[in-house]
Amino acid sequence: MHNTIKMKRFLGFVKKEFYHIFRDYRTLLVLFGMPIVQVLLFGFAINTDLKDARIAILDNSKDEMTRKLTQKIISSGYFLLKENLTTTTEIEKSFQSGKLKEVIIFQEDFEKKYLKDGKASVQIIADASDPNNANLLVNYTSAIINNFQMELMREQKVPYQIIPEVRLRYNPEMKSVFMFVPGIITILLMLVCAMMTSISIAREKELGTMEVLLVSPLKPLQIITGKVIPYVLLSFINAVTIILLGKWVFGMPMTGSYFLLLFVVIVFIIMVLSLGIFISTVSNNQMTAMLISMVGLLLPTILLSGFVFPTENMPLILQWLSYIVPAKWFIIILKTVMLKGLGLSYIWKELLILIGMILFFLMLGMKKFKIRLE
Amino acid sequence: MKNTGEHIIEVKNLVKKFGSFVANDNLTFDVFRGEIFGFLGANGAGKTTAIKILCGLWKPTSGDVKVAGFDVYKETEKIKRNIGYMSQRFSLYEDLTTIENIRFYAGIYGLSNQQIKERSEMLIEKLGLKEVRKSLLKSLPLGWKQKLAFSVALIHDPKIIFLDEPTSGVDPITRRQFWEMIYEAAYDGVTVFITTHYMDEAEYCNRVSIMVDGRIDALDKPGILKEKFGAKTMNEVFVKLARNSA
Repeated sequence: MHNTIKMKRFLGFVKKEFYHIFRDYRTLLVLFGMPIVQVLLFGFAINTDLKDARIAILDNSKDEMTRKLTQKIISSGYFLLKENLTTTTEIEKSFQSGKLKEVIIFQEDFEKKYLKDGKASVQIIADASDPNNANLLVNYTSAIINNFQMELMREQKVPYQIIPEVRLRYNPEMKSVFMFVPGIITILLMLVCAMMTSISIAREKELGTMEVLLVSPLKPLQIITGKVIPYVLLSFINAVTIILLGKWVFGMPMTGSYFLLLFVVIVFIIMVLSLGIFISTVSNNQMTAMLISMVGLLLPTILLSGFVFPTENMPLILQWLSYIVPAKWFIIILKTVMLKGLGLSYIWKELLILIGMILFFLMLGMKKFKIRLE
Repeated sequence: MKNTGEHIIEVKNLVKKFGSFVANDNLTFDVFRGEIFGFLGANGAGKTTAIKILCGLWKPTSGDVKVAGFDVYKETEKIKRNIGYMSQRFSLYEDLTTIENIRFYAGIYGLSNQQIKERSEMLIEKLGLKEVRKSLLKSLPLGWKQKLAFSVALIHDPKIIFLDEPTSGVDPITRRQFWEMIYEAAYDGVTVFITTHYMDEAEYCNRVSIMVDGRIDALDKPGILKEKFGAKTMNEVFVKLARNSA
């Protein structure tokens, strides 16, 4: 048989799959509504929760300038001054009592140093056990200090500098505010690719059309590929949408190479597809496929990938479990590429792990599929 | 067309085991080109297993099986191109329109664009589906779907069509009409291999085989079988055979 005919036969199959997707409004909703809603929800939920954060100030200088700066910080409305500390030993105690979110420390002779050396430093210590919040606090504080400095400069026209020095407590690795973008990409790819493909393959089994397809000259591999390709395309579009939303709506930094980013997204899509195919081989109807996807994929992805809860703080056994969650590695890769802007040499290990998982699940899926046929 | 005495399906000593369970126990039978062959048996008698093997989905444990002249061990690809298949669930896509369903199945059998166009128009015309050409299949009555499924299974001009309980769940009139289509296909030279639970339908077949516990216990023309078992209807034949085994 000619290759063109084979190709045409295959394209017809893919076209049919698109009909299924575009005629089912629920599928469409999951495919296109979900990413947008999630990004906006996460984005705005995170961006609006800073108000009256409890802080303490340790003023080692107590001069005119530090008093003004303190006043400016407190009057911003974002912070609530709980305590004035006198010694550094009190810092730890205040944090542990759980009352404080941030401590601001002015160095000794702040104003004098500023005027004399053109440099004075202020230390900002934040409780990063709530990482997103800590990052916000620090950013806001820095912004206020910057603003204060600008005003000073306008008066004096000399390039003086106040250097904010940031220390994060309890979660030094710092999960960024922008963590939600990699997280949502991961979850959605899981949902769209794995769950939707496993459901759509299981549906053909449930309705008996799979039988007819298997009796036709289409090869099992063609059937599976044909069912999977539309979801690859849609997931890819989804991932790009989320990245662009994160960038344009929330100003998420994208420091790495777009080419590398898209490449790792494709690798992960294949990873998730192999999972979806595997699930479809063990489930005979849509309900089972959905349940297995939910419990077996979505929950571990949300709970153990480090997206919502940092895995570093989990019991050892859960940390070990998290190593077999593909999403964990993908999130590490995404963070490295998107936020840190590093290249392939920094993520090859994680990539290898993902590729290993792909091979494992594809082989398992194919084996299962064959057993079912024979 | 009457059967020419040529064998289109040849089964010799077919055995299929699943572990220690023997689903097909040494089956030997032939099907003539152009005949309507009834393949009867109680649930679990091994009919489905045999059909799957004949369709090239499963490999036999042992025995020689040839379908349309091709070997089921090595030439499944060729077998698949020469057979049609319709199951009791009709297996059309409910969320595709009539014409899309036809085109899809014509497409996966590798028909050319020209052929797809011609045959789908012919089919629509013949089945009187012009009005619902662009309606989603789920809006069609069951009987129409059944006819469509049957015609679609024949769209690539197969030599043999396998019908797996194609009439379950439809009313007597629709069944009657369906059998007219079957006769028409057989008249055109297609060999019809059909399983059914309705014993009155068995009477419509040229020959029937009756499977009990993985074996074929009887195989002949319905008239001869009735005579042999001293029964008035095929139903009686069937019950007698099933009772003997129990």
